[in-house]
Amino acid sequence: MWSRQRGRLKPLCCGVEELRCRRREREAALRKARREQQLVSKRLLRDEALEEAEEGCVAMIFGEAEIQQFLQLAQRGTEEKEREGALVSLRRGLQRPETQQTFIRLEGSIRTLVGLLTSNQALLQLEAARCLHELSHSEQSAVVEACLPATSYLLTYLSGHSSDFIELCLYTLGNLIVESEAVRRQLLPQGIVPALAACIQSPHLTVLEALGYALSQLLQAKEAPEKIIPSVLGSTLPQHMLQLLQPGPKLNLGVAVEFAWCLHYIICSQVNNALLITQGALSTLGLLLLDLAGAVQRTEDAGLELLACPVLRCLSNLLTEAAAEAVGGQLQLRDERVVAALFILLQFLLQKQPSLLPEGLWLLNNLTANSPSFCTSLLSLDLIEPLLHLLSVSNVVSVLVLTVLCNVAEKGPAYCQRLWPGPLLSSLLDTLAFSDTEVVGQSLELLQLLFLYQPGAAQAFLQQSGLQALQRHEEVAQLQDRVHALQQTALHG
Amino acid sequence: MQLPPALHARLAGAPGSAEPLPVERDPAARTAPFRFAPRPVRFPREHDFFEEGDVQRHLYLQDVLMQVGGAPERPRVPEFTCQVAGCCQVFDALEDYEHHYHTLHRNVCSFCKRAFPSGHLLDTHILEWHDSLFQILAERQDMYQCLVEGCTEKFRTSRDRKEHLVMRHLYPADFRFDKPRKSRGPVMPGAAEQVLAEALGDDGVPSEGDAMEVCSEHVEPPPVPAGERRAYSHRCLARI
Repeated sequence: MWSRQRGRLKPLCCGVEELRCRRREREAALRKARREQQLVSKRLLRDEALEEAEEGCVAMIFGEAEIQQFLQLAQRGTEEKEREGALVSLRRGLQRPETQQTFIRLEGSIRTLVGLLTSNQALLQLEAARCLHELSHSEQSAVVEACLPATSYLLTYLSGHSSDFIELCLYTLGNLIVESEAVRRQLLPQGIVPALAACIQSPHLTVLEALGYALSQLLQAKEAPEKIIPSVLGSTLPQHMLQLLQPGPKLNLGVAVEFAWCLHYIICSQVNNALLITQGALSTLGLLLLDLAGAVQRTEDAGLELLACPVLRCLSNLLTEAAAEAVGGQLQLRDERVVAALFILLQFLLQKQPSLLPEGLWLLNNLTANSPSFCTSLLSLDLIEPLLHLLSVSNVVSVLVLTVLCNVAEKGPAYCQRLWPGPLLSSLLDTLAFSDTEVVGQSLELLQLLFLYQPGAAQAFLQQSGLQALQRHEEVAQLQDRVHALQQTALHG
Repeated sequence: MQLPPALHARLAGAPGSAEPLPVERDPAARTAPFRFAPRPVRFPREHDFFEEGDVQRHLYLQDVLMQVGGAPERPRVPEFTCQVAGCCQVFDALEDYEHHYHTLHRNVCSFCKRAFPSGHLLDTHILEWHDSLFQILAERQDMYQCLVEGCTEKFRTSRDRKEHLVMRHLYPADFRFDKPRKSRGPVMPGAAEQVLAEALGDDGVPSEGDAMEVCSEHVEPPPVPAGERRAYSHRCLARI
């Protein structure tokens, strides 16, 4: 059973259409950032525009004198509620960049805040932590870096027991981590990896989700493959992560999403994937894939694609490791339920998020490339026709579909026989009408295999005006040789 | 995309695989100009192939992070008092109480009543402050353990350890959970003057928000007028 943690939705001030438009803008900004390899940046973590819309309702700009007052009241006030109230007001003010600037320039302000953070007044501690969190969220480096004196305490508190407080510390750390390499250069020697390794044993879902977030930001850093991932792999973190990804009644979607992404960043950095395989990563992820396929059938739950994506990536990359061959005997790698699950997910992605189809097909390629067993499963489970159905989605998808079909066809006559007759030929004739060179090229490769292994294929091709379909590509540089070769084979056998 | 109806049943069925069909390759298959060879593909971190999924991931993160950080609405309950002896703090929300309890009462040294943020720091404190065997051993070997979890270094004196914390781990020099003891010998319970000196700090001025030095039991709080229930600020050394 999949559980979703309690939502924390704030009321939004705009309408649905505006939201959609906003989302498109955000997507465009993210896409641009990714191309510039700036995807992990503070600026993108907080949606500015939405913030401004809310600001008018909540925060005011405070000047030096007011900030001083709040701090003094928080420190030395007589009434408990008064002291807390002062910090709450301060925190609201700190949502504004102007107030943040004034705050950090005020002498002793951070010191006082850290003092309140480490005080024995529990509720003041919490509010002080929230103030710090606001600061950590800032887009201005000076403000974020003003939080650095607090990091040793934030890390210390990760070994505590108060789940709300720890959660806050983790999100704050996550923001700091994203800020700059300089910040990470302080956090690493301060022991952030062992602190996270200790904290990941918490039973609280909110803590785990926050930890996964912070860790994923750490692993996404540019210098992670050299400076961070080795120590993460050397800790107990991977084992705990895999445990949290095990399917079962305790699996929580929000938590699983975070740690699946953590695993993805580790695996695609290719530091020591063999180690992860010995710890059972392939097995766990395979079972998780099966579970996901079951879940998409049962629920309309928004968000399963958020988990599917990193799981698909992890499995695909892990399958390329030599160590994967060694554990090939393990059930999951031969189990044809994996293929069934993958197709159920492909169908789901086609409806929900077609842009993620390539990732699913990538896994299908890696599963079938060197596996007669999985190629046979594709045939025996009647999955060729559904596969052909995907040919019209996009060029990238088409190339991948054709590649998978080639994986099957190249294994010889016994396989091609099962691909024939059926809709394959007409699908190929359709793809030959594409203008994309890669799609056509892959179609030609598949045709060659069919002509070679399936008697009657060339003839059927001719009868369906295959030659005309080939003709249009006779002048294309990358395709010429193969087109001519096929024309020869079709005509002369 | 229509899936064969038997597929869902297959997923729910037993693990296993089909007997693979015989593989029989013709060498003509891979001759020029044809070049197809099946191969598993791997993509590194920054590859463009990941763009779509990465963008979706970050859209999700933006939504999540927008919701973090504000004080969540807490269900209010009728006011209740902390049940720990000597503590009169009042609460109207369970989460607030949880935090209070963990901060002040969970990792408390039974000798000197100081509270610590974690069991790890409490254990270290007890060992170094209240264990006479520790003192004896410390004369002959490195006993002061580094406070950072995962670091196994040990030191001869607490000063050496502090230096290590600062130099190696970039800790602040005035890290509040590493206060050195002022006197030799274990601190005995009831040593109120000792505790007083510690909590006041070097300049004798009570500093608000100072280290977790709670002494809740052996110093009498001033009597609360009957009929008045106020949230209690639990500092035994305040207003001197």
